[in-house]
Amino acid sequence: MADEVLVIEAGHTERHYWRDLWRYRELFYFLAWRDILVRYKQTAIGIAWAVLRPLLTMVVFTVVFGMLGKFPSHGVPYPILVYVAMLPWQFFASSLADSSGSLIGNANLISKVYFPRLIIPASAVITAFVDFLIAGVILLGLMAWYGFWPDWRVLTLPAFMLVAFAAAMGAGLWLTALNVKYRDFRYVVPFIVQFGLYISPVGFTSAVVPERWRLLYSINPMVGVIDGFRWALLGGKTALYVPGFVLSLIVVATVLATGIAYFRGTERTFADII
Amino acid sequence: MAPAIVVEQLAKSYTIRHEGRERYTALRDVIAARVRSALARRRTPRTTTEQFWALEDVSFEVSPGERLGIIGRNGAGKSTLLKILSRITEPSKGRIRIAGRVASLLEVGTGFHPELTGRENIFLNGVILGMTRAEVRRRFDEIVAFAEIEKFLDTPVKRYSSGMYVRLAFAVAAHLETEIMIVDEVLAVGDAAFQEKCLAKMQDVATGGRTVLFVSHNLPAVRHLCDRSLLLERGNVVLDAATGETVAEYERRIASPSADSLEWERRGSGRARLVAIQVSDASTGEQGVVPFGGALKIVLRGRASGERTSFEVSIQATTISGMPVLYHFDQFRQFAVEAEAPFEIHLTLDSVRLMPDSYLVNVWLGRTGVEDIDYVRFGASFRVTPTREIRATAPIDQSLGLVICDARVDRVS
Repeated sequence: MADEVLVIEAGHTERHYWRDLWRYRELFYFLAWRDILVRYKQTAIGIAWAVLRPLLTMVVFTVVFGMLGKFPSHGVPYPILVYVAMLPWQFFASSLADSSGSLIGNANLISKVYFPRLIIPASAVITAFVDFLIAGVILLGLMAWYGFWPDWRVLTLPAFMLVAFAAAMGAGLWLTALNVKYRDFRYVVPFIVQFGLYISPVGFTSAVVPERWRLLYSINPMVGVIDGFRWALLGGKTALYVPGFVLSLIVVATVLATGIAYFRGTERTFADII
Repeated sequence: MAPAIVVEQLAKSYTIRHEGRERYTALRDVIAARVRSALARRRTPRTTTEQFWALEDVSFEVSPGERLGIIGRNGAGKSTLLKILSRITEPSKGRIRIAGRVASLLEVGTGFHPELTGRENIFLNGVILGMTRAEVRRRFDEIVAFAEIEKFLDTPVKRYSSGMYVRLAFAVAAHLETEIMIVDEVLAVGDAAFQEKCLAKMQDVATGGRTVLFVSHNLPAVRHLCDRSLLLERGNVVLDAATGETVAEYERRIASPSADSLEWERRGSGRARLVAIQVSDASTGEQGVVPFGGALKIVLRGRASGERTSFEVSIQATTISGMPVLYHFDQFRQFAVEAEAPFEIHLTLDSVRLMPDSYLVNVWLGRTGVEDIDYVRFGASFRVTPTREIRATAPIDQSLGLVICDARVDRVS
């Protein structure tokens, strides 16, 4: 009967953290399922919202950057060029927005039940991923319309998706923890998201950035992700700038590692300060 | 048999910050404080911190299958103890060893989402409380039957009546299958009939060989469910004994509040502070006792702090278990006090017709809708003694009623 023995000691409660994370996987699944269910039940237009946002932004960006700004399109229909970047960007942005508020939104749960707190921001990222998949269907439509299909490179897409996940998770954890500690941090998040949209190569390709600034530009972790998406989906029409991509990878890994560390560090006190 | 739970020298401290009255930190305040101190070239001495020990030294053991009650006043450390046992917060010192799967019910309906249907919430809540999906599925029909919500299974719970909502919430909790259950006051849900059903279910659960830790203010429920109880006071276990003995000690302690105002449970801004609350028989002056139907005199003595202030006064008498029975408040009666000046206020309550027993007194000084200046809970007690005015044949028992009224009884046929 008593097959498990739990020892709670001052300063040592998190010893079995990763094992606990695995044990609570069902809770993780259910929280993500709840967030997804609620998201599509609550908004009157439901799924349309996940589609409309990137679609309309894409139209505006195509007009502004493609038609008015006459940015180079590398022989790809501009809407597709923009939309392929819009997908990971939108995923990243809504991950940040949702996860940063997620702990405060679940304050009740946190002060009443134990589970690895990492589950909550992670489930917010999963919800954003579902939006990403739905918005992805539109890409298929666009590609069919323009008769533009990806080649074998599309098989590498999951790897880039993984990088996008890591970036969203890392940045999300930072913001989530900071948001619990400093309650006015939520005003900073929309700014980061809005600012990020302009410093990431969404409306244009990163090829327009002068060569000597390329590496510096790649410090923005989304540059690597977006370039990767374009490279994988647009049949290599846009080149992948390797040093920049490696730098982005390093930044993503750093953000993720420090994000987890910071989150874990503050996590123990969440129930006391929330 | 090895104990199910061993708690050794458990302690938990919180840091109280005296400057910031906000519950949380705002980044702008942190930045503002840094800038201010940098400009002024001094450390800001106004933020003083203080350690508050919610638990000082708690040790006890629970054997498998035992039902342990935990009682104590508000602020004695019960909730902190439960939170540490449920791993919601970390101890500052000490060690706990738990053998077996634990489910903690610190509240019913944790994680219920109003937009989801009853069915969806049963699964969600069950998993949150520590069941696996397979376990929930297996007990699903039982849960639905217990909650009596068959017809509304696919209705979002936001359309449920509050009664249906708590019934469903309790039903999920009552069907947990863990070896150890930590329960906090969840019995106080639903209407009387459902409460009875809950109590019976708890009894069921408890006798099923499970280890139960039960925290409650509901003394009859503790008596009913637990064989052994702990009495906590200011973060320490003051008594660990059979429930009857512990409950009696708790009642004895609570019915004789400390005369030392520093030991009172209080909150408020402290612009004025009570230092003494005296309750006496208005006609004889005897302290702490009033005959049934007699007049009760309450004397409040206190002092204003550094500035001139004014406040209103409210008085409440409660039963030993904390249920309010008497209330007095006059919003338009203001008492103004000069800085550092003492004050003394006398209140006389005529014809106190409370069921003979012991009662506690709460006093509030404050300004309606503006602030609580000093709110003292259980600052004094008094006993109502039976007199000839009560019929000799009438039983004296608080469970019959709290106020005895006079009635004119006419036989009409």
